[in-house]
Amino acid sequence: MTETIKTDVVIVGAGPVGLFAVFELGLLDIKAHVVDILDRPGGQCAELYPEKPIYDIPGLPMVTGQGLTDNLMEQIKPFGATFHFSEIIASLEKTADDRFLLTTDAGTRFDTKVVVIAAGGGSFQPKKPPIEGVEAFEEKSVHYAVRKMDVFRGKRVLIVGGGDSALDWTLNLAPVAERVTLMHRRDAFRAAPDSVNKMRKLVDEGVIDLALGQVTELIGKDGVLQAVKAKLADGSTHEIAADAMLPFFGLTMKLGPIADWGLNLEENLVPVDTEKFETTTPGIYAIGDINSYPGKLKLILSGFHEGALMAQAAARRINPDRKIVFQYTTSSTSLQKKLGVA
Amino acid sequence: MAKITFIDSSGAKRTVEAEPGSTVMENAIRNDIPGIEAECGGACSCATCHVYVDQAWADTVGGPQPMEEDMLDFAYDVRPTSRLSCQIKMTPALDGLVVTTPERQG
Repeated sequence: MTETIKTDVVIVGAGPVGLFAVFELGLLDIKAHVVDILDRPGGQCAELYPEKPIYDIPGLPMVTGQGLTDNLMEQIKPFGATFHFSEIIASLEKTADDRFLLTTDAGTRFDTKVVVIAAGGGSFQPKKPPIEGVEAFEEKSVHYAVRKMDVFRGKRVLIVGGGDSALDWTLNLAPVAERVTLMHRRDAFRAAPDSVNKMRKLVDEGVIDLALGQVTELIGKDGVLQAVKAKLADGSTHEIAADAMLPFFGLTMKLGPIADWGLNLEENLVPVDTEKFETTTPGIYAIGDINSYPGKLKLILSGFHEGALMAQAAARRINPDRKIVFQYTTSSTSLQKKLGVA
Repeated sequence: MAKITFIDSSGAKRTVEAEPGSTVMENAIRNDIPGIEAECGGACSCATCHVYVDQAWADTVGGPQPMEEDMLDFAYDVRPTSRLSCQIKMTPALDGLVVTTPERQG
């Protein structure tokens, strides 16, 4: 087991609101650990609309999702947050001395005074293929990610999808698996052109198979896959032998383990007060799209405001004996020192 | 104002009034039409506002742009007249449009 990280704050979610919370906490001398299931910062801004314009960030007439993320990362740099990407907080326990023990799915453990939930619409998780009974095959034969390529050695692998994940794994598993079949609903691929060319070359050489269609049924027993039925582009139905299926249908948002933290959820949202943005559990705060209160607007700018007020409350909890002096970054030398500009 | 009729997977029909220039998805959300989720809020980024355009309207509505076609890869049971309803803008020519919502969104 890895060593437990002792800290003041764990922020759950590295979307824009979680990132700006690092800034507001940092001005109050509080360092944060930030956990996100994605492999990079930005949350929905990075995953759903990196190239799309946002018009309602004050002071920025137009910024893309990725642009906003990059700017925030730049802005919070002085505060040295520690990021834990590709991890999700799997469990939360309250301790007798009013701290929280958090454990991620990767086994990282935190012992923290404060938890800030900035989880937006929930955690991004792989979208399941729309096939009846797919759950029965999960883990044994249906995999949404490749952890060890060796698992597929000597197997007939069906990869479904047309994006980079599908194409990358088609190319990587072709020399490992006994046979790789790539299935996609149309003969056009979103993946990088170079990967598509490589894939087509392997198809021409007879190394892998390409099938155009949609999987409709899984055939097998006790979670062990034998074949899939697929409706092909010409309307005919075919059976394709396969020991394993790797569907890559992108990501969807699921609330995830937060549901089990005893926070009196209302329709998958976390109710908070509007002074501290604290949940019904003292020491756990919720900011951004994940929270709810009368008049709530799911706007990034609202999440920034919530983060600022949350930071004041969290600072009082973390350092109860310290007086907080309200200061402006424009004029305060002490804040400017923290920002590295004075 | 133009009319849009939504038919759900069980065959129930709901007709709503749509402002010109609004998207079919916006009208679905505004009128609490079941079967449209629109997770991303209309950015053509999630494929959870998938509809089947009625055959009689398919030509008038037209087909998806390449970006929308890419997103349709993530939708459930894609058919020849599948569209993302956030990408269909209402015009006077679309008055009376009929779309069917799929059994499920992704």
